[in-house]
Amino acid sequence: MKGTDGTGVVEKALELGAKPVSPGRAVDALRVLKRLKLEFELITYPAEMGADEAREAGIEGRTIGKIVSKKTTAEDTKQAARGMLAEGVELILFAGGDGTAIDLIDAVGTRVPLLGVPTGVKMHSAVFANTPEAAGEVAARFLREGLPLREAEVMDIDEEAYRQNRLSAKLKGFAKVPYEPAMVQATKEASTGYELADQKAIARWVFELMEKGRIYVLGPGTTTRAVAEELGIYDSTLLGVDLIKNYKLVAKDVNEEQILQAVGGKLATIIVSPIGRQGFILGRGNQQISPEVVMEVGKENILVIAAPQKLSSTPTLKVDTGDTKLDEVFRGYIKVITGYRQSRMVKII
Amino acid sequence: MNYQQARWASKECLEPLVFELGKAGRRGATLPPKIPAGVKIPESLIRKELELPELSEPEIVRHYTRLSQMNYGVDSGFYPLGSCTMKYNPKISEELAALETAACIHPYQAEETVQGALELMYKLERHLAEIAGVARVCLHPSAGAHGEFLGMLLARAYHKSKGKERTEVVVPDSAHGTNFASAAMAGYNVVVVPSNARGRVDIEALRKAVSKRTAALMLTNPNTLGLFEDEILEIAEIVHGVGGLLYYDGANLNGILGKTRPGDMGFDIVHFNLHKTFATPHGGGGPGAGPVGVTRKLEKFLPMPVVEFDPKRKRYRLDYDRPQSVGKIKGFYGNFGVLVKAYAYIMQMGAQGLREVTEAAVLNANYIMRKLLDVEGYEIKFDQSGPCKHEVVFSAEPMKNKWGVKAHFVAKRLLDFGMHSPTYYFPPIVPEALMIEPTETEPKEELDRFIAALKEIADEAKTNPEKLLGAPTATAIGRLDETKASREPILSWRAYKKRVAHA
Amino acid sequence: MGHPYIPNTAETRQQMLREIGVASIDELFVDIPKKIRLTHELNLPQAMSELEVKRHVQAMLSKNKPFTQMPSFLGGGVWPHHVPAHVRSLVQRSEFLTAYTPYQPEVSQGMLQALFEYQSLICELTAMDVANASMYDWATAVGEAALMCARVTGRRKVLVPELMSSERYAVLQNYAAGPGLEPVKLDYDWSTGQLDLSKLRAGLNEDVACVYVENPSYLGFLETGVDEIADAAHKVGALFVVGVNPISLGLLKAPGDYGADIVVGEGQPLGNPVSFGGPTLGLFACRDDPKLLRQIPGRIIGMTTTLDGKARGYTMVLQTREQHIRRERATSNICSNEALCAVAAAIYLTSLGPRGLRELAEICAANASYAIEKLGAIDGLEAPIFNAPHFNEFALRCTQPKLKIEKFNAALLKQGIQGGKPIRKEFPEFGETALLCLTELHTKADIDRLADAAAKAVGAKR
Repeated sequence: MKGTDGTGVVEKALELGAKPVSPGRAVDALRVLKRLKLEFELITYPAEMGADEAREAGIEGRTIGKIVSKKTTAEDTKQAARGMLAEGVELILFAGGDGTAIDLIDAVGTRVPLLGVPTGVKMHSAVFANTPEAAGEVAARFLREGLPLREAEVMDIDEEAYRQNRLSAKLKGFAKVPYEPAMVQATKEASTGYELADQKAIARWVFELMEKGRIYVLGPGTTTRAVAEELGIYDSTLLGVDLIKNYKLVAKDVNEEQILQAVGGKLATIIVSPIGRQGFILGRGNQQISPEVVMEVGKENILVIAAPQKLSSTPTLKVDTGDTKLDEVFRGYIKVITGYRQSRMVKII
Repeated sequence: MNYQQARWASKECLEPLVFELGKAGRRGATLPPKIPAGVKIPESLIRKELELPELSEPEIVRHYTRLSQMNYGVDSGFYPLGSCTMKYNPKISEELAALETAACIHPYQAEETVQGALELMYKLERHLAEIAGVARVCLHPSAGAHGEFLGMLLARAYHKSKGKERTEVVVPDSAHGTNFASAAMAGYNVVVVPSNARGRVDIEALRKAVSKRTAALMLTNPNTLGLFEDEILEIAEIVHGVGGLLYYDGANLNGILGKTRPGDMGFDIVHFNLHKTFATPHGGGGPGAGPVGVTRKLEKFLPMPVVEFDPKRKRYRLDYDRPQSVGKIKGFYGNFGVLVKAYAYIMQMGAQGLREVTEAAVLNANYIMRKLLDVEGYEIKFDQSGPCKHEVVFSAEPMKNKWGVKAHFVAKRLLDFGMHSPTYYFPPIVPEALMIEPTETEPKEELDRFIAALKEIADEAKTNPEKLLGAPTATAIGRLDETKASREPILSWRAYKKRVAHA
Repeated sequence: MGHPYIPNTAETRQQMLREIGVASIDELFVDIPKKIRLTHELNLPQAMSELEVKRHVQAMLSKNKPFTQMPSFLGGGVWPHHVPAHVRSLVQRSEFLTAYTPYQPEVSQGMLQALFEYQSLICELTAMDVANASMYDWATAVGEAALMCARVTGRRKVLVPELMSSERYAVLQNYAAGPGLEPVKLDYDWSTGQLDLSKLRAGLNEDVACVYVENPSYLGFLETGVDEIADAAHKVGALFVVGVNPISLGLLKAPGDYGADIVVGEGQPLGNPVSFGGPTLGLFACRDDPKLLRQIPGRIIGMTTTLDGKARGYTMVLQTREQHIRRERATSNICSNEALCAVAAAIYLTSLGPRGLRELAEICAANASYAIEKLGAIDGLEAPIFNAPHFNEFALRCTQPKLKIEKFNAALLKQGIQGGKPIRKEFPEFGETALLCLTELHTKADIDRLADAAAKAVGAKR
């Protein structure tokens, strides 16, 4: 909905996760909206799922839905999201953790942009702003002038790894998140301003670099998917690892064993993109690309690709293969392809 | 001091467009009589209509005079645009470039009839070579970016001559946008290296970034943060070590004249911005000149012609006999009119004068730096334990965090004080960046006024941010709808007529 | 004593150092490694006072012979015309002259509007919808046009006339090298010099990004087949680029009216002195096609309104194409351009108006016609060498055996006349030829003098 005085009044909704965590952060984010004098309509869910915070921030919102206070569940979150989608909100601003993010994309997928207010609970997903204030600012700019959207990974704890006493996260899906272009320009080589276009540019160059007869292990994510599409492959997996050879998809959603079989003794390249909030290029969502796989393919045959938009939210990258010695080998600067014939030295910490 | 820019305004615009003025039948110029000779051009090639404005001379003069009054130049006031070196433009240079013997000579005239021009170009080349510590200088490029493009072509020619095909050019993330664009235009792949916490090129990253594929590293020194790349000798070693070339972006030469020279730092290719360091006027965007200097080993690749002096015949000549030249990047020999002005400037300053230029420029920048550090709302992001050079980059992030006022509001409000804004949001590695280059042609009082204005703006941000959001108000026009301008572009009079007709 | 361009005297500088707690100027340069610090002054001539510089430069330049003092028939990319006095005085106004690129539109409406007017005037002149605020010159504009066409069509070949200016071709080659474009020269019709249409059609295919012609051509003749060339190019999906001398457009049909997609050219003759070949002014205009607009290089000024929508204003637009936002994906690396020359062009075009420009073009064409007549009548000379209509330039051939064109020109020079540009080195197939240009600067007497001197130079009877 457009505003009366042309300042882009839109609807926005606030909700909290199933467990009320750090309501203060949510209030901080909302306060920014009030301070910036944003003209918008706030739609929220009752009590601790948003209405309380809105009141505390001094914003009048319209409450929809019903909950049993202090007994909210994931289903409430999903209902809230569906309800807000039905109301036609332009953005769902939420305070919570990975769990909330997963519930949200479960309910509305990428049909509504999301933006997470960081609250200190586990946040592996890449949908969170850096600070509550930043969340408020990006939300305000998005609503007032429009901002481009990027696809951000939604992650969850890898239960199996957790049982083995390793912290690892599984890629659950993607959300659409608005980003601040100035942040992208901040580290700056060229960007079209639109993540999809930049991903296409990366894909175009990767395509030119590809050799016949070589196996390409394509990690999960939207950037690697862009590479597949550049080759004319439209059924690659978004959340899994695929194998490509001679510009054709030879295997989908493979596990570690299948990869080892395919690359054993052959020329291969692993193409990965940073996953999650901390920009893991190995481990955390890339478990199939195990230490064995990496060592078989060779460290020098790992190609990291990331659009500037991605790097603006994860200016440093991480590696967590499970083999600390292997991880150590990766620390330091690597070349990340960020566009057509363009790359950037990024630090793996 | 109060400022109020002139403002000519009619109902819905400032000064009307020239197309909206005049009347059919008027004219603003006379012509000599036509020879009665038959022109054999078929009727089908003759144009049937031409819609241009018809104004008399006084109307034209008034129109453009009014437009000029709604503009702002160095002659109007302080113009601290970082990396642009908006220094005073000597008027004697204007006189000399307008001499008939400079303006009314054709580049294809017989060489013996343009010895003066060739001599000036030759001597200018010598002086620039001395200033930069290089062997030869090509005066052809029209601008810095043009010089960068030539630099890339020279690098390619050099590597090709060594039988190597090098595909990458390394650029720091603080670099001016033209560096990236010029490298890409020349067909190179660009590798970006980050800056470290001290604001200089991260050596560790650079080491990993270079390889046998590296054709060149493009660097500005002092860099765009106004900091001297003090590890330049190590940087040179790293790049030369893999057989790459070092390219110097001369935009910030004003920070080191007479103190050190790019050639001595190890740079192989150096470009100058005559419209920056050498005081030729910017003209609202041009014309400028971006000569390119090279070390001996690259001399043979320079574009042709090169001005040579024949000591036997005591004559200057244009040398086209250069088999390994990269050819041409522009018609003729360069922006001669601009070269004259730069030459006159160098002759007026001399060696000591140029050194004083840098000392005064660097002092002015450091003066601002120290004084502004005391003003709440502004801070310096990078390690500022040492001095800056001729420019300094502040961040208005404290102002944004405390009072919600961003850098571009500071920039807009400054206009109301009769000063031009510094460059902002550049370099992009500094949030809410304000890039301030005072130059040596500013007196201390002006710097004090500038600091006072910035302080007043910070106070306003704290107590009355509304005022800032409405700025500027003392200029001919207030804030414009820039989004609409790009979203629904009206780029010409005929486009405007079409839009109005459809409305 | 202080220098007039450095207001802070040594005394003030000391005071400033004290105020910021720095002991000496040297302290501000400690970050320069000792190894590269200059220990001596630069080896430059002693500084001169303003009076001395004036004398020095005047004396140096007095060794030049300006064409205002001797008839010169040179053109070939920059052409001498009379610049009305008010054009110069207006561009010398310091608010224009000493301004930078108008990044702050609120305080720079003067420059922005002047450039918008320039863009508009070029659009009218070329019958195009969009013009940018200038490129460096015609040659680089050709280069940029080729790059643009390659980007738009995704193709690599650039078809150009063999008889295009060799300097412009050389520049095109350098611009084409980056993305690996391939300039291909097209044959010409021997008798007219014009593009051979059958060869063009044979060379056109889906690999061609654009076809480029110069009209009037470098050697002065008009390309009468431009409609067919446009058609042929468009049939294979290639773009049609035309390069012009804008003065000719006062008389000749505009490229936009015969199918051009992009127009480039040299704007110097519009209100800018010849100045030994620079500063120049690259014209660049294109049709209002979103595919083209997205790729047009250079700065563009657009009209908009104030935030409240009430008043018109001007600002730089579509900046995401430009280098300072998009970095190396930019459509061009151009930053500083030839803005002031563009303003001069705008003032000049406004001053002449449609009738004046038409009249001027007719004068130039008539002068050329008369010169052709007089020179063509001389035994031992052939003018023009092409059997086609000409505008204000033409090629003249020395058919006198054993007479080299350079000798011919030298003989003219001895008689106080600067002849045309020898083009034998560029196009040896035409023999001893020179390119001559006529403008309104030439009187009938000048042309008669040229004919007399030419006759003497060939030793012919008239």
